[in-house]
Amino acid sequence: MLSIKNLHANIEGKEILKGINLEVKAGEVHAIMGPNGSGKSSLASVLAGRENYEITEGEVWLDGKNLLDMKPEVRAREGVFLAFQYPVEIPGVSNINFLRTALSEIRIHRNLPPLSAKEFLKMTKEKQALVEFEAKLANRSLNQGFSGGEKKRNEVFQLAMLEPKLSILDETDSGLDIDALRIVSNGINKLRSADNAFVLITHYQRLLEYIVPDFVHVLYNGQIVRSGTKELALELEEKGYDWLKEEFHGNESINKI
Amino acid sequence: MEKDDLMLEQLANREYEFGFVTAIDMDISEIGLNEDTVRFISAKKNEPQWLLDWRMKGFKAFQKQEMPQWQNFKMPEIDFQSISYYAAPKQQAKYASLDEVDPELLRTFEKLGIPMSEQKHLAGVAVDVVFDSVSVTTTYKKHLNELGIIFCSISDAVKEHPELIQKYLGSVVPHTDNVFASLNTAVFSDGSFVYIPKGVRCPMELSTYFRINAENTGQFERTLIIADEDSYVSYLEGCTAPMRDENQLHAAVVELIAMKGAEIKYSTVQNWYPGDKEGKGGIFNFVTKRGACRGERAKISWTQVETGSAITWKYPSILLQGDYSSGEFYSVAVTNNMQIADTGTKIYHLGAHTKSRIISKGISAGKGQNSYRGLVQMGPKAAYARNFTQCDSLLIGDLCGAHTFPYIESKNNTATIEHEATTSKIGEDQVFYLNQRGIDAEQAIALIVNGYAKDVLNQLPMEFAVEAQKLLSLTLEGSVG
Ligand SMILES: Nc1ncnc2c1ncn2[C@@H]1O[C@H](COP(=O)(O)OP(=O)(O)OP(=O)(O)O)[C@@H](O)[C@H]1O
Ligand SMILES: [Mg+2]
Repeated sequence: MLSIKNLHANIEGKEILKGINLEVKAGEVHAIMGPNGSGKSSLASVLAGRENYEITEGEVWLDGKNLLDMKPEVRAREGVFLAFQYPVEIPGVSNINFLRTALSEIRIHRNLPPLSAKEFLKMTKEKQALVEFEAKLANRSLNQGFSGGEKKRNEVFQLAMLEPKLSILDETDSGLDIDALRIVSNGINKLRSADNAFVLITHYQRLLEYIVPDFVHVLYNGQIVRSGTKELALELEEKGYDWLKEEFHGNESINKI
Repeated sequence: MEKDDLMLEQLANREYEFGFVTAIDMDISEIGLNEDTVRFISAKKNEPQWLLDWRMKGFKAFQKQEMPQWQNFKMPEIDFQSISYYAAPKQQAKYASLDEVDPELLRTFEKLGIPMSEQKHLAGVAVDVVFDSVSVTTTYKKHLNELGIIFCSISDAVKEHPELIQKYLGSVVPHTDNVFASLNTAVFSDGSFVYIPKGVRCPMELSTYFRINAENTGQFERTLIIADEDSYVSYLEGCTAPMRDENQLHAAVVELIAMKGAEIKYSTVQNWYPGDKEGKGGIFNFVTKRGACRGERAKISWTQVETGSAITWKYPSILLQGDYSSGEFYSVAVTNNMQIADTGTKIYHLGAHTKSRIISKGISAGKGQNSYRGLVQMGPKAAYARNFTQCDSLLIGDLCGAHTFPYIESKNNTATIEHEATTSKIGEDQVFYLNQRGIDAEQAIALIVNGYAKDVLNQLPMEFAVEAQKLLSLTLEGSVG
């Protein structure tokens, strides 16, 4: 489904992504871990099409289509969803109205007939129940005055509503309380199917106990320095990142010789 | 889901229908302004002597007055001698069919959902049937008559209700008020008159749709609304004008009078032609609007959505004379490209326990300049009077400007005045967030702007709210990317 080949990207002239390679197939869950500042959110932003990143090298394909050629809204309509690490507030815009607009754009793009108000309402109710999102929040202005955890849960509610192919969740687990983490994870597990895929960016092995990944990758210094199965996450939990950093820098110095 | 949204959705899909509409066409005559012009207008309309005398007083006052200089823009040179002041009822067709009309203009009409016959009219195409709702109009008229409500043109009111006109015309905005009000007094063409008798709640929205058709014409309409004791009326005014390369002058006067316990809601959606992207053409909109709460517990509210005009100069004001009377001012003013808006309100608290609330939302895009100017005055008798002002500015891009000029004067130390002001920019982050959900930049801006203006749009009657939302998006089209 998603194929990233040797992706390099700069921000303000500084190279942040330094040759990312990643293959995500339909039905899979990938976890990306890595120390602060290693480039995880940058990777998510580049995939979503944020303009302040300059792509200097590499390719990204989504089901055979060149993702890097598409505007951000087209990527979204094609099925890329990013649950933001820091969701923004948009005062006065009702959450539901916003979702209605988004969904209608996406449906037009996918050649689906528009939903009637009644159908939309029904769908909203179902998805709210699926991710246990409070109706009260759904009716408020988009993220305005939401608590940190509420914002994260709103991201997951939107994910449920928009039914993307590829969901990238950027630290959606951080800021959630213990119960919320379980609820959100259950919701995501219910949304998993053979046709969609998830990329979970996280710092905590705990999330991966709820949503069991097929692969775990470690991003460090703009590169994926190690990939493995869920056991890798456990190993990281125990040992931290230092051993990987050392290994990486060791390799680097070897390469230089 | 929110009831609001469903309703909005349904309304958006519905045909444009107002309870009651009078269309007032303004057309061309001889150019120039002198005493004879004033006499000519008055004679054409078969006016009584007292009205001609009043017009003459206005004309004399106009000659003595200077153009205002305190506004936050350079006053353009207006050659009052190059304008035509008489509005003939007939109009010249400019095009034979809609095919000849600028497609961009038609696209705008389409987006607004303006019916075809009206589109033709606006573009200056010959129309066979102006309005096909004559029978509907009569039905409504009959209903209003039964309640004793008068709703007609000022010209008709002069003939049929001279005692009301003589008593109230110019009683809120005197003929000496300002240069544009004096000019209006001298040459006003026509306008609407409303009278709601004691204790009557007007059962439908009353509305007038103004447009400027002919070239080189000024438009000077005059509106007078009187709500007698314990009555209620909601009045809507829509404005639009076709595209012209030259500037056109619009100098209207609106007077509202609310007696004891009466309430007047006055809403405007102003969409005069703003000129092109380089600032060529467009309407100069210099309007004097004032309401007087004459009795106890009277209430007046102004709601305005200002999207058009090259220059908007307009400060709807309220005199709170009766004790416990209250006034509200809700405004959204948008400037894009080269547009200028200098608008706000003046509220005079004269009576005790009077209350006022001002919510102003300025939106600037392109090279637009948006100024809010608000005066809140607490008179010596305004014991325990209260004012709350919230004045927000939203900027789109780096070339536009927003300016706020609050003036506060208090002569009573029991009165309270609160003022809040914010300036924000549409964040790249906000637009990207919406993009990431499949919404393109243009629609993202429209959503953000409508959200920002929500408190004001909510004050509009439902039909107008939908039109106003569309207008906001249209006005800001092309302001990103
Ligand atoms: N606008 C910017 N200008 C300069 N540097 C930036 C900018 N945005 C991000 N960076 C830098 O890029 C690097 C990668 O940041 P990124 O947010 O992708 O890290 P992350 O892996 O998501 O970290 P965290 O775990 O803390 O969320 C950091 O060093 C950060 O400071
Ligand atoms: Mg991050």
